[in-house]
Amino acid sequence: MFKYFNSLFLWELLKGLRLTSRYLFKKKFTILYPENKAPQSPRFRGLHALRRYSNGEERCISCKLCEAVCPALAITIEGTTRDDGSRRTSKYEIDLFKCIYCGFCEESCPVDSIVLTRIYEYHFEERGSHIMTKDRLLEIGEKHENEIAADRTQDAPYR
Amino acid sequence: MIDAFLSVWNIVPESLQWLILTMLKIVAIVAPLMLSVAYLTFAERKIIGYIQVRTGPNRVGPKGWLQPIADAVKLIFKEIVIPNGANKFLFIIGPILAIAPALAAWAVIPFNEYWILADVNAGLLYVLALTSVGVYGVIIAGWASNSQYAFLGAMRTAAQIISYEIAMGFALVGVLVASGSLNLREIVLAQEGGVLHWFWLPLFPLFVIYFISGVAETNRAPFDVSEGESEIVAGFHVEYSGMAFAIFFLAEYANMILIAALTAIMFCGGWLSPFSGVPVIGEPSLFWLLAKISFFLFLFLWFRATFPRYRYDQIMRLGWKVFIPITIVWILVVGLAVVYQLPWWFD
Repeated sequence: MFKYFNSLFLWELLKGLRLTSRYLFKKKFTILYPENKAPQSPRFRGLHALRRYSNGEERCISCKLCEAVCPALAITIEGTTRDDGSRRTSKYEIDLFKCIYCGFCEESCPVDSIVLTRIYEYHFEERGSHIMTKDRLLEIGEKHENEIAADRTQDAPYR
Repeated sequence: MIDAFLSVWNIVPESLQWLILTMLKIVAIVAPLMLSVAYLTFAERKIIGYIQVRTGPNRVGPKGWLQPIADAVKLIFKEIVIPNGANKFLFIIGPILAIAPALAAWAVIPFNEYWILADVNAGLLYVLALTSVGVYGVIIAGWASNSQYAFLGAMRTAAQIISYEIAMGFALVGVLVASGSLNLREIVLAQEGGVLHWFWLPLFPLFVIYFISGVAETNRAPFDVSEGESEIVAGFHVEYSGMAFAIFFLAEYANMILIAALTAIMFCGGWLSPFSGVPVIGEPSLFWLLAKISFFLFLFLWFRATFPRYRYDQIMRLGWKVFIPITIVWILVVGLAVVYQLPWWFD
């Protein structure tokens, strides 16, 4: 009997309305994106970069471990022996459409050459530009070296 | 300037003058109505956003105020796709039939004691008739689309609207008995004398049932099984795009405003002030009607943000086994109270 009165007088519905009315005045969680951005971890996995040593020598030694570990087969590497006898890549390409940003390449790299940066706001305007060439990867690395290095140092104790 | 205008005006034959004046009056009602529909969609997105602890649209124009304009422009420039298997004539006529009654019903809505487009003596019947005609647009649209989802949506709407029409009609019978008139202006005038003299108090069950049935009539959440996006995509208007879809949208929102206005007029004293007798704020004015309409529209949005959708059989049970018996009982109560002059509010 009580149950019928309860539903007849819409008691639970009124309780629901009261709840939502309280939410109406709560502080909003929305981050207004271009003006404000969500905080990022130093482990953030965004756009790829190839790093250089401080003397300007590129780190990558064409060991192809990243190519082997890549679950999406997004990395293509061709290696050559340079004139000074060291092994280097002649081609290092990442297909960003295939990449799943798992970070395995970075983990597998013995010389910390391929890294994932914090950059996540990028786009392509031409067909084919989704394939990151070695030059473009190195360029990103050079441009953001300070940030990349700082993030690696911060994460170093946990590696 | 005014003299020149008047001299031209006097040349125009009288019947034409009347026609032009009526057209102007219609524009004066429909233009603000369309504008309120546009901003009602904006208010809906904002309020539901706020209840869900989001901010809602805030990018187009200052604070997002141009969002409905942007939406309208987008819809106008989109293609109206007519499916191959659709009945072309009915497919086009569907949205027109949906919006025409939603607009036509405004003819008898009194905005204050003198501002009525058509002071019909059976205004209540006219409103009831027109709100029922609205269902044809939906059924025809659902059938003409030649799509299973659209057809299911149309069937559900048809059954639902017809069921709730009865409860709604009975609720209005209560108003009719209490006010002794079918004319909307007289119904409002019968409620004169402050918030306690409005019909919501003696007719409280009818008031609640009328508004809930109104929500069901307009196919709004929690009675929106005809759209039911989670099970039948968008119901009767799946196959519609561009302006044809926008017309359904306009009709739905115009109907919401209409139901809010009717509830305000029938049960909450229309343009009368709740503080009757108090100087300044006690004056009856259009402002009070708009405030009441806004309040009921807010309830529509609040319900949508709060309640999950009713199951189809629950809707039917609520309509037939709860609302109709309650309304009948309360009509008897009201009838007795009026005949024997029982409580103080039937003086």
